[in-house]
Amino acid sequence: MPNIKLKNINNFICRDINLEIAEGEFLVLWGSTGVGKTTLLNIIAGLVEYEGSVLFDGVSVDELPVSQRRLGYLFQHLVLFPHLDVMANVAYGLNIQKKPKTGMEIKVEYLLELIGIKHLAHRYPKDLSGGEKQRVALARAIISSPKIMLLDEPLNSLDFDTARRLRGEIQRFHKKSGITTVYVTHCFEEALALADRVAIFEKGRIVRIDCLENQGVHSERARRRTDPVRAD
Amino acid sequence: MKNMKAMYSLVPILVFLLIWEIVARLKFIPGHFFFPPFTVVIQEFYNLTVSGILIDNFLCSLRRVLIGLFAGSTAGILVGILMGYEERIHKIAHPIFSLFYPIPALGWLPILMLWFGIGEMLPIMIIFICSFFPVFYNTVTGIKNVNKDFIKAAQTLGASEAKILRTVVIPLALPNIFTGLRLEAGMAWRVIIAAEMVAIPTGIGALLMRAESLLRIDIVIVCLIVLAVMCFTFERFFICLEHKMTRKWR
Repeated sequence: MPNIKLKNINNFICRDINLEIAEGEFLVLWGSTGVGKTTLLNIIAGLVEYEGSVLFDGVSVDELPVSQRRLGYLFQHLVLFPHLDVMANVAYGLNIQKKPKTGMEIKVEYLLELIGIKHLAHRYPKDLSGGEKQRVALARAIISSPKIMLLDEPLNSLDFDTARRLRGEIQRFHKKSGITTVYVTHCFEEALALADRVAIFEKGRIVRIDCLENQGVHSERARRRTDPVRAD
Repeated sequence: MKNMKAMYSLVPILVFLLIWEIVARLKFIPGHFFFPPFTVVIQEFYNLTVSGILIDNFLCSLRRVLIGLFAGSTAGILVGILMGYEERIHKIAHPIFSLFYPIPALGWLPILMLWFGIGEMLPIMIIFICSFFPVFYNTVTGIKNVNKDFIKAAQTLGASEAKILRTVVIPLALPNIFTGLRLEAGMAWRVIIAAEMVAIPTGIGALLMRAESLLRIDIVIVCLIVLAVMCFTFERFFICLEHKMTRKWR
């Protein structure tokens, strides 16, 4: 999994961003709404214009189209394709890669079962609940084995119990895959539960970035991350 | 249940036909000579069908509508997709299309008569023009209205521009495209009848004009019934097709 380096990033929202995200790290971008967290994710993904440089494993990806950056992006509003059923939504990335159909179906079914939504395989997004949509979007983002995961407030619109369950799933997935992950939230509890490091965002700038241990919340974080009931 | 609903929707039509028959038979209307009963119209419909006159003229009109509608709609969809997806092309070409769009299809008739003469190309070109613009504008609107987040999501999943267009943008624009097709399917019949009445010696419109000059109101009504049924059938066809293609996800 690559490390990510952002050098002197500027655009219409973000200002002077310099950031290094280590290989396999879980970095949380924390800040209130409208400060530029999502824009920074979009810069990493290559979805918006920017000045400066984005490097994956030391190699600049500024000229690389989004489609070739090998990302898994979980959008805030999920954006499941409404005209495709769950199976086709999840398989979309594999279809693009022209994987053999049989192997692809097995992989999709396995993942759907793992995330607990196999019974929804032939339903359309309009017939899914918020939590179910979230799972489908997560499955779609991870099925193509991305090198980097970008998650934009994925638990924002969910009820407390569903959000807590999904948070546990994200945590388990990260531990298992070791994918370098950037996670945006405005909820500090989520940051505490998930992050290796937290970058605090204000008015398009990172005003502080540190391990939680160094931000004085080590004991709380450690307790949450090792307590399976709280973590789930 | 569905059959029952269809039956119920037939009741007002049957009542209307009954009233028509009674009013015409009892000669309630001054100038009743020009208002034949429904049964007389049906009798004439049968006579025209058996003699082959109605079928020949109908097939002429149908062929023109099918060719013109297919060509106009296909061109409208293709140009609409191109202009809806490529902003630069839209900026260049939109003023030109905006200039031509307000001209009614029949307004082209004099110039097309001079260009193509009175032959099969004339009505087909009229239908082409009449079909092109509404399908084109609805396609452009449909493509432009596709939420950009879907495109971004497809990009992050590795899709190329062509794949995104084919697998995301066009399917999501289908409801708008079908709105254009549905509107034009009926309009094509209205326009072909008008064009045949004015400038072409064959087809349902031409039959209607000949009947009018002979004061054969029963034949005129037969032609109007054919027109109404064909407008309805074509519109229903596209409604059913749209329903079949988008019902599951809308």
